[in-house]
Amino acid sequence: MENLKRKFDLQQILAPAALVILYIFFCLFGKNFFSTGTLVSILDSTYYVGFMAFGITFIIITGGIDLSIGTNMMMSALIGGYLYTKGVNIWLVLGIVVLLATIVGWINGIFVAKLKLPPFIATLGTMMMTQGFGAIMTKVQTQRFPSGFDVDGLYKQIFYKTGDGFPSGIIYMLVFFVVAWVLLTKTRFGRYAYAIGSNEESVRLSGVNVSFWKIAVYTVCGFFCGLAAIVYAATYTTIIPGTGNGLEMNAIAAVIIGGTSMSGGIGTMSGTLIGAFLMSVLKTGLMSMGLQGHFQTFFTGLVVILAVLLDIYRTKKANAVRKD
Amino acid sequence: MNSGITAANGTIENPVILEMKGIDKRFQGVHALKKSHLELRKGEIHALVGENGAGKSTMMKVLTGIYQADEGEIIYNGEKVHFKNPKDAQTAGIAIVHQELNLMNHLTAAQNIFIGREGNSFFVTDDEINVKTRRLFERFKMKIDPTEKVGNLTVGKQQMVEIVKAISFDAKILILDEPTAALTKSEIVELFDVMNDLKAHGVTMIYISHRMDEIQTISDRITIMRDGEYVKTLVTKETNLDEIIKAMVGRVIYIEPKTGSNIPDSAPVVLEVRGLTSRDVHDVSFDLRKGEILGFAGLMGAGRTETARLIFGADPIDSGEIYKDGKKLKIKAPVDAVRAGIGYLSEDRKRFGLAVDLSVSDNTVLADLENFTRKGFIDDRKVRETCETYVQKINIKTPSISQLIRNLSGGNQQKVIVAKWIVRNCDVLIFDEPTRGIDVGAKSEIYKLMTLLAEEGKSIIMISSELQEILRMSDRVACMCEGRITKILNIEDASQEIIMKYATRRN
Repeated sequence: MENLKRKFDLQQILAPAALVILYIFFCLFGKNFFSTGTLVSILDSTYYVGFMAFGITFIIITGGIDLSIGTNMMMSALIGGYLYTKGVNIWLVLGIVVLLATIVGWINGIFVAKLKLPPFIATLGTMMMTQGFGAIMTKVQTQRFPSGFDVDGLYKQIFYKTGDGFPSGIIYMLVFFVVAWVLLTKTRFGRYAYAIGSNEESVRLSGVNVSFWKIAVYTVCGFFCGLAAIVYAATYTTIIPGTGNGLEMNAIAAVIIGGTSMSGGIGTMSGTLIGAFLMSVLKTGLMSMGLQGHFQTFFTGLVVILAVLLDIYRTKKANAVRKD
Repeated sequence: MNSGITAANGTIENPVILEMKGIDKRFQGVHALKKSHLELRKGEIHALVGENGAGKSTMMKVLTGIYQADEGEIIYNGEKVHFKNPKDAQTAGIAIVHQELNLMNHLTAAQNIFIGREGNSFFVTDDEINVKTRRLFERFKMKIDPTEKVGNLTVGKQQMVEIVKAISFDAKILILDEPTAALTKSEIVELFDVMNDLKAHGVTMIYISHRMDEIQTISDRITIMRDGEYVKTLVTKETNLDEIIKAMVGRVIYIEPKTGSNIPDSAPVVLEVRGLTSRDVHDVSFDLRKGEILGFAGLMGAGRTETARLIFGADPIDSGEIYKDGKKLKIKAPVDAVRAGIGYLSEDRKRFGLAVDLSVSDNTVLADLENFTRKGFIDDRKVRETCETYVQKINIKTPSISQLIRNLSGGNQQKVIVAKWIVRNCDVLIFDEPTRGIDVGAKSEIYKLMTLLAEEGKSIIMISSELQEILRMSDRVACMCEGRITKILNIEDASQEIIMKYATRRN
């Protein structure tokens, strides 16, 4: 038993260790990788993936999946941008963005928990619906959020970067990392997420309102997509209709790299955070080595496979020990 | 079963705590419960027995609010009650420990026990429930760490967690559905200690089991069900095994041990195992002769299934050799074993033995499909003819060969698996717990089938936890303990006591 615990700890430091090693690797072999500027750009590209990843961590721990997170984020941002150009106050717009995304999450929850659709199918449906809906609402026009020089640009300074270049987005993200971590580890919500992922029937037989908590989990994921939409808008300002599709895979990859099991019951928020950083380091690092887009995609895929192989190996080990 | 537990005293005079009267339940044409009846007296251990499909589980599901009865009433503590869901029953003090453990492996023991009862505060901590859980464990002298993840506990300990969970609801009536199915002997003794302790605290228990010796050890009264109907209730002390089994099946069944073996020492050795070793198996060597049934006896965890899985190539072998008909085999995966003519019938039919969504005929030819194809297409006629032959030959009870296997009874599913391996030309068959979860009638069919196979010259390894079964079927008995063969007995020299002695011998 002691042995098992030690192995488990080893697994837990594996992702952080990989992150550090990868960073050092790119510092040595990348062009101008070791610099504050690079570090900031690593952070920049972590934000929106990170938020989505926090949200979907809850869902994956319950044994579910949400494919709609990327398009949900884009749709909310699009409609937000549309409302802004129609003259709605920027702060109200941001509130509506989060609300919209949360509602989509809630709808996913209803589909999965009440109407008993398989999560993959339900969220595949809402993925397409949100992508389409965003485009319809905006009449397929590209939407613009106020830029940093604008009067309303203050939000950019809060959620993305201050005027003098301080990456304030990291504070925004870390605050909500703590929120997500507390939710997962210190509340009934988190406890039930793990429990449902472990053995849903058992939780139901224990008199827990499983469908309520499942809806809650999907709703919270939607909420985090809303937060992601804000930071996306703050970072990129321009939102193009019909995009967002595929971004969910980056978030899911981050979660898996962070050691969350796709079969549910296992996972940590810190793992997800590290997974998100790892992907950004990979992306920025490969760029510094002169390898563009498709290389990033290729290597991200490779890392995901490695992470899952590791997960399988770990489960096998754990099972082998349990038999004694 | 000699656990030093004395049977009931005086409890049968206690007041009635629960009565289920005229319970009727139908499922889409199946009449599962026919005006069935059950009466419990406070503080008794009441065994509920019957063949598979007798309606025991349905009855319990009605009691715990999982199903609603079509007719009939439940009177609990003198009042008519109606449980709409499991939570209702739980609140009223009726708890059930299901046969399939319903635990959350990734949560700790304490978290499992108090799931759903974390309080109304949104935030949770484990401090309080850990203390509560530790107190409960101490009360029953269980050595379990409340903060240990349940997935890391042995099955026996997991069961204890389930029972403690049920008790922690302040259960007045505790239903235990086949609680000993996966337990070792010492764990069963522990369980019975806990049950007696609970009884002393006034908890009434319903004990569902197929194991008559355990029922006779632990229960005060026995209610027998058959085909969804109430048969009778007997006082354990005043009855005997024959009477119980007779009431269950409506006929007397005697299990007579085999007195001697017809297999001469000169019979050719078909399978030769030398020094087989893996993580769970240590230096296992034995010979299997043509036409022989070699019983593998031992307690749970003795390494019998593990040995079988090594021979079948399901787990990697660390060292050791396997010879078939004198030729050394290289078994790296099940496909190698099957090619060499070794078939394995898993104890867990649904998970490993059958494709439950396929038909009888599909399952029969599954392992040998290449011989049933012509130019890449499946030869339906050949499949049908072969399958029908076997349905007749080994008496598979099925409306047609296109019936889905999931609709067959356990015994008939077992037969289909046997047919599958024979079709594949296997002459060494490893039966792992062939009669587990099969009712008494189907058991004797399986015994007949195995005898028939042996007479036809097939060689059989039979792993069984039921000593009576071992004694009835085997020509020789290999006793295993902690991964080693401690003794191979000729059937003439074997008895329950002798086998038990070797099965518990620590080398």
